Amino acid sequence: MELKEKLVSSFLAFENKVDIDTDSNVHNIRSKAFSDFENKGFPTRKDEEWKYTSLNSILKHDYNVFPKTEESLAYNDVKKYFLNETDCYNLVFIDGKFSSYMSETTHDGIDVCVMSSALNKPKYKMVIDAYFNKLAKDNNSLSDLNTAFSNEGAFINIPKNKVVPKPIQIINFSTGTEQEILIQPRNLVIVGENAHVQIFERHQSLTSNTTLTNSVTEIFVNKRGIVDFYKMQNDVETASLIDGTYVSQQRDSVASVHTFSFGGKLTRNNLEFYQNGAHCVSHMNGISILNGKQHVDNHTLVRHKAPDCESHEMYKGIYDDSSTGVFNGKVIVEQAAQRINAYQQNNNVIVGAKASVNSKPQLEIFADDVKCSHGCTIGQLDESALFYMQQRGIPKKEAKALLMYAFSNDALKNVKIAELKTKINAIIAKKLDVKIGFDL
Amino acid sequence: MLKIENLQARIDDKEILKGLNIEVKAGEVHAIMGPNGAGKSTLANVIAGKEEYEVTGGTIELNGEDISELAPEERAHAGVFLSFQYPIEIPGVTVTNFIKSSINESRKAQGLEEMPAKEMLKKIREKSELLEIDRKFLSRSLNEGFSGGEKKRNEIFQMAMLEPKLAILDETDSGLDIDALRIVANGVNKLKSKDNAVIVITHYQRLLDYIIPDFVHVLYDGKIVKSGTKDLALELEEKGYDWIKEELNA
Repeated sequence: MELKEKLVSSFLAFENKVDIDTDSNVHNIRSKAFSDFENKGFPTRKDEEWKYTSLNSILKHDYNVFPKTEESLAYNDVKKYFLNETDCYNLVFIDGKFSSYMSETTHDGIDVCVMSSALNKPKYKMVIDAYFNKLAKDNNSLSDLNTAFSNEGAFINIPKNKVVPKPIQIINFSTGTEQEILIQPRNLVIVGENAHVQIFERHQSLTSNTTLTNSVTEIFVNKRGIVDFYKMQNDVETASLIDGTYVSQQRDSVASVHTFSFGGKLTRNNLEFYQNGAHCVSHMNGISILNGKQHVDNHTLVRHKAPDCESHEMYKGIYDDSSTGVFNGKVIVEQAAQRINAYQQNNNVIVGAKASVNSKPQLEIFADDVKCSHGCTIGQLDESALFYMQQRGIPKKEAKALLMYAFSNDALKNVKIAELKTKINAIIAKKLDVKIGFDL
Repeated sequence: MLKIENLQARIDDKEILKGLNIEVKAGEVHAIMGPNGAGKSTLANVIAGKEEYEVTGGTIELNGEDISELAPEERAHAGVFLSFQYPIEIPGVTVTNFIKSSINESRKAQGLEEMPAKEMLKKIREKSELLEIDRKFLSRSLNEGFSGGEKKRNEIFQMAMLEPKLAILDETDSGLDIDALRIVANGVNKLKSKDNAVIVITHYQRLLDYIIPDFVHVLYDGKIVKSGTKDLALELEEKGYDWIKEELNA
């Protein structure tokens, strides 16, 4: 059976399974999203936004939409996937189900808990009605699909003036007890006025069975709120990820999303920022270091709707073997968005003989007093720099690694969690197969 | 120390070195002068092992061992140092981190442990004082945004840190004002010993007022065509290279 048909037949079963009140708004939202998905279907390469990323190879599998068992994991076996030296709130999901024994939630002044209870408990009804699916609706069909099956994920609600004292980490494990599974996490993050939160998110497959994750995260940042969101994508080569992260900002807020793509078969990041008030700042940083046949597609959108805002975008990519990358950065400046500054940069280094990158900046400007700049480079490592380093005794392999380290460093400097920075450095060193004597 | 016999090299089918001979003994300073396009920088790069150049004949021996087949880093580990005419900018790597990697890679190649951090710092302090380098300079990205003089001073700083057996200074005087020239020359002189050797490649006699050579060679059309003492450098300064060309054509 085709995956789409299977999903259609699964949808009714899904709503029965999660025991939904059919009169609720959530039910209506899911049903609407489902019919939208049914109408649109999965995107194909005929769609301009998917021109360089084909989903064919990942859609041909017979995914189980309802993974049956909750595999119990020993913390020590999976500890390395956590920020384990930093005190954190933990939200851990195994095959799409919440794992309370590995998690540390809270309702003490802030809500760090799970979507399933937020969607079902009356006390969250107002928040859900105000925020749920406000950003993901009318977007791509994969987000519709996620909405239709939305049930579990992180629910983070930080009230006014709260500075969350420690990072929140959201870890999604797939254990692959069954052959092929599809999981669809749904996260909602609300950052109140003047509140501040740091979030780390990771999807990790623990099996060589095929897994597909179709994740959606909606983030609302109110006046003067600050959010730092870190995405670690260093999965095994049988795991694919489609991520939709949508950020809505009110005036004077600062939102940063960092995307580290080091592994996985196919990764597609749809990252969208909506600036609704004046003096917002948005940061998008990304590092992709790929080898083998890995594919990463970073699609970003910034919609400047208000004056005196800034958006800064910096994506770096290193492509070895026959890996492929896509960068598509779209900036829309609406007429009201005067005096904004939009900066976009995408730099790529091709190391592998069969590696390739498609980079496309897109600007649509309807205001007249703005500063928009973009630059994109695709190149090889500088031979004269390599010779210079070799002349000083640094072997070619290490010299290459050092140059690549230095190259990706720009996009790393804004990482504010020390352990994460160390971890990323270690992953890069491992990825490049070298030992580096210092952190840049 | 260095013995080059009948060295021939080319780049992209263009013959540049056409049977060059030179011998440099430990404790000596040799100057190589010559007109533009004679092959001076090619010689420096070929000794250092730059892959773009193809060695088509002859031998390069360092302390009795043929190094012409070695990778650039292996030559560096054997004690060859090239001060670049145009040092490369490497954004994101600080001067300190670069020199640390450089020293530790050389030590690793010799089977030694990494240099203890304390010793490294002490050495960095000493050598940066010798070259009158500001400490802030050491935490900047390597050569990025450095002035011409700062780049050259940084090259000699690295030389001081690495203590090579054979140092080749390729046009180290270009882009230096007189004060920087004095500092750089002073640095080179302090590093000179009976166990190492220096080859100074230059257009002008100016640097040789500060770094006094034992021998001066004229490189012309891919060969050493004339050798002498430092007086030869003065003569070249005064008369240019035409008289040598005429002598050769006669």
